[in-house]
Amino acid sequence: MSFILRHLLGTESLSRDELAFLLDQSRAFQGIQKQPLKKLATLRGKSVVLAFFETSTRTRISFGTAAARLGADTMNLQAESSSTQKGESLSDTVRTLEAMKPDVIVIRHAASGAPHFIAERLGIPVVNAGDGLHEHPTQGLLDALTISDRLGRLDNLNFTIVGDIRHSRVARSNIHVLSKFGCRTTLCGPAMWLPPEMSCIAPNVRIEPRLEEALRDAHIVMVLRVQTERLREPALPADEYIRLYQMTPARLALARPDAVLMHPGPMIRGLEIDPAVADSPQSAVLEQVTNGVAVRMAVLYLLAGGAPSAGASPAGSAAD
Amino acid sequence: MPTREKTQLLSAAQTGRTIERLGHEIVEKTGEKHGIALIGIRRRGVPLAQRLASTIRAATGAEVPIGVLDITLYRDDLSLVAAHPVVQSNDISFSVDDRDLILVDDVLFTGRTIRAAINGLFDLGRPRRVQLCVLVDRGHRELPIEAAYVGRRVETRPEDVVEVHLKEIDGEDRVLIERAAAQAEP
Repeated sequence: MSFILRHLLGTESLSRDELAFLLDQSRAFQGIQKQPLKKLATLRGKSVVLAFFETSTRTRISFGTAAARLGADTMNLQAESSSTQKGESLSDTVRTLEAMKPDVIVIRHAASGAPHFIAERLGIPVVNAGDGLHEHPTQGLLDALTISDRLGRLDNLNFTIVGDIRHSRVARSNIHVLSKFGCRTTLCGPAMWLPPEMSCIAPNVRIEPRLEEALRDAHIVMVLRVQTERLREPALPADEYIRLYQMTPARLALARPDAVLMHPGPMIRGLEIDPAVADSPQSAVLEQVTNGVAVRMAVLYLLAGGAPSAGASPAGSAAD
Repeated sequence: MPTREKTQLLSAAQTGRTIERLGHEIVEKTGEKHGIALIGIRRRGVPLAQRLASTIRAATGAEVPIGVLDITLYRDDLSLVAAHPVVQSNDISFSVDDRDLILVDDVLFTGRTIRAAINGLFDLGRPRRVQLCVLVDRGHRELPIEAAYVGRRVETRPEDVVEVHLKEIDGEDRVLIERAAAQAEP
């Protein structure tokens, strides 16, 4: 199937078929990452605004690389995270973005829902590159692509996430993607980072505070980053976290033997993850990064590739 | 709606024979010394390339590698077409460097598809030579592109539609031409 993507604001609102289509389109762009010449002219003359109101290096570079490989120009709008906290209104942000007359806006914002607010007010496709504690849809897609590459399927897998679930938009976007494919999610971490209501955000999500239990029979183990500043609120000593939750070879061995180990990055070796696990053959961390570019190319292509006011029409119909 | 009539340009048997003849022409002109490879342009170039390869195999015993090229990302009309054409992967498992390549497509019309395909190929490497093989050449080129191997040349008007049907995709072999009805009475 094919569908018209207007914005990419989250994975929650996308159907299984729509997600499968996006993954399928991303696969076509995976091949380009292996070509000697990776630069296309497909989006030549189009411009993409990268509006990052929250610090980010990896995601911004990944989107920038995706845009560059499609031949699009990028404009960077980088506001200090403090300046938004000081009260620049989102409406002003919207006007600033609009004034640049871009073809696509990629936005990261500390406020959950900011990309939706902007998408409603602008006639320009918006990509959510992370909004507050809400969603990070391209991460959810690139993780799903990585899993299906490794395991050959996405359906009916056991998916375990360990760490700071509360503050993780990556966890949320992943849960929304994988639950559509019938996967069962198990969330594990310190109680302060494990809000009980997380088990209600999608079907087949459960909370399991005991790590050994949570890992049993897992096809996918996703380790989340520990933001050290958050260990202070309330206090949880880092060595306590390491003792209870660090992903070690012994713990990973509790999952299925072919389990895929994932981490959205940046990893803190020795805190949430043992370096032996990070570098093990089970680790798909670098594939996640490579797939990130492919997914973002697919998304930018789908949003900026067609005619500006594209109506529905059978895809791929015209050719001589 | 102006009335349009469809006529048959090639029957099933004629389509099959034409493809076979093209395969033999390729054998005659390329010989067996160089490693040639066929590159089918999605979609109908792909089964065509496969059939050419089996004709070549039957004639010479040589196994000709086949690659599949998707030209969507190289189209020059992406900003004109409605919606986004679905992108598919290339599937070329050999190096194109220093190879003699024959691009295969069903219909040669404006030449823009072939321009896109050549661009796509050169992103993969530097072929020694690139030639073109088409089942039907219907004229009206907009670029300086010609085919080395042509199954059938046919006079058309730009607004006519040439439809190639192939068993592998359409369940039958046939080439039809849908001509716009004459605009003025004699």
